[in-house]
Amino acid sequence: MSFTLFQILNGLTFAALLFLVASGFTLIFGLMRIVNLAHGAMYLMGGYVAYAVATQFDSFVLGLVAGAVATALMGLVEQSLLRFANGVELRQVLMTLGLALIIDDSALVIFGGDTFSMPTPDILKGPLEVFGMAYPRYRLFVLLVGIIIFILLWLLMNRSRLGALIRAGVDDAETVEALGVNIRKVFIFTFMLGMALAGIAGALGGAFLSLYPSADSEILVYSLAVVIIGGRGSLGGAAVGSLTVSMLSTFGQVWFPELSYFVIFGPMALLLAFRPTGLFGRPQ
Amino acid sequence: MNMTHQKVWTVCTIVLLALIPFALSGYQTSLATLMLIYALLAMSIDIMAGYTGRTPLCHGAIFGVATYVVMYYVTSAGGNPWVGMLLGIGLAALVSLVFALLAVRTSGVYFLLLTLALGMVIWGVCQRWTSVTGGENGLRGAVRPDWLVDPSRFYYFVLAVGLVATLIMWRFVQSPFGLSLKGIRESESRMKSLGYHSTRHLIIGFVFSGVMAGVAGVLYALFNSFVSPSSVALAQSVKGLLMAIIGGVGTLFGGVVGAAVIIILENVVSSFTERWSMVLGVLFVLTMIFAPEGIVGKLRSIKWSRKGSK
Repeated sequence: MSFTLFQILNGLTFAALLFLVASGFTLIFGLMRIVNLAHGAMYLMGGYVAYAVATQFDSFVLGLVAGAVATALMGLVEQSLLRFANGVELRQVLMTLGLALIIDDSALVIFGGDTFSMPTPDILKGPLEVFGMAYPRYRLFVLLVGIIIFILLWLLMNRSRLGALIRAGVDDAETVEALGVNIRKVFIFTFMLGMALAGIAGALGGAFLSLYPSADSEILVYSLAVVIIGGRGSLGGAAVGSLTVSMLSTFGQVWFPELSYFVIFGPMALLLAFRPTGLFGRPQ
Repeated sequence: MNMTHQKVWTVCTIVLLALIPFALSGYQTSLATLMLIYALLAMSIDIMAGYTGRTPLCHGAIFGVATYVVMYYVTSAGGNPWVGMLLGIGLAALVSLVFALLAVRTSGVYFLLLTLALGMVIWGVCQRWTSVTGGENGLRGAVRPDWLVDPSRFYYFVLAVGLVATLIMWRFVQSPFGLSLKGIRESESRMKSLGYHSTRHLIIGFVFSGVMAGVAGVLYALFNSFVSPSSVALAQSVKGLLMAIIGGVGTLFGGVVGAAVIIILENVVSSFTERWSMVLGVLFVLTMIFAPEGIVGKLRSIKWSRKGSK
């Protein structure tokens, strides 16, 4: 019983982390039709920057902020590069793929192939009693951050003017522009927000999943699965997708360790066969 | 380009390729062998990307499956290499059939993402199913049949297989069936209303291109005598796709040009820096900005514009 509970908590904390990565991914995908294959690389870069700053200044929070800022700036660079693709979807995707290769290799040059763990502050160290069993405090903190960011994003999307513009942009960017809104600014903001979220996820994930050269493609594939299951551009979809993927992955690894990839991608493929737009996505 | 012109070019290329073992060193011949193998992979990708309009990111995985089968069948199971090659191509066909059934109903970016995810499943399986695939260590061993051990003879073997496969692919894309794929690329709904079963056509196209990737994969097993998860990783699909794109999507033979450019460049770059993957990334970004239609595509468009101005 407590083993199952432990696994459920593991699944929930992983879902929180995945949500951070996938929510930015899905918003960018939904709004700009850009599939950012550099998203995993951004996650890793955010993690590395956060690790470097956090160990240098001995401050977890500073590291977290630095990771988010660095990836947001990198997002700005990527955005301006992507404008050369003239809005052709495939050219954009392949460009982000090239960027991912560049970022990954630079990270390899700077940090080498070793595994790093982001240092955590003392308050978050050690276990906490949950329902009569000990569970790592840090993971619960990640879960909490995930929930807070979900609420903030939900408020932003559903209760603010900017959110209304983003939602309108997801449905029909041209019409929004015709109404006199500078949709480019909305695009750039969303892009930087998504990147910053990936950076935060890298910093948070760096402490319990640790950072190593292929961590980026692992997280990228998970977020792809989340977005394919949840549907493009939907925040709720990203949340449901994250929960589904992380639970399947956690229990898949326990029950069928050699086939854990099938456990995630089998249901995804089946879902896609019946609902090509995902659970919450709308047909174009 | 008229027919005689084209014939002259084709004959010249084949003669040049046939002279390679005489003109170049052993090392350069083995690079040329590798180039021919990747040219096959790039052309198989071009059948999807160029003719059905669906850009795949899973052909590296299909290629790698065939490589794994040959390595496993010959080294671990002690089987005959020729049977191993047939089995490799067979499993590549089966994997691409499964992928096709799942993916062909999507198009554009969704198709790319789905094939990427499917390719990653293969990578995950090769990585974790250690009892069969050897995990990170991979599988190693001599799998070449005895009479192919000689490098220049092996080169001619690969060249012969490559020429036959290219001819088949050329006939395939020129056939009425290949034209129906082009039609689907231009407008799937119109092809449907003309009475074509577009899904079935796409599945056949996908499996055909998967078989060709499988042929490249079994040749690679004979060439390399080693396979590890990096042979089925995303980077492999990316490399093949970049070759197809640099050569020119929708030109088929562009794949040969693209493979030559990338293999030569990789070799030159790797001789003085370890940052090949970064160079590949930069190349990707620059191609997308300046020459998205590729080398052969660019030459053709220059030719067309000259004709127009005359």
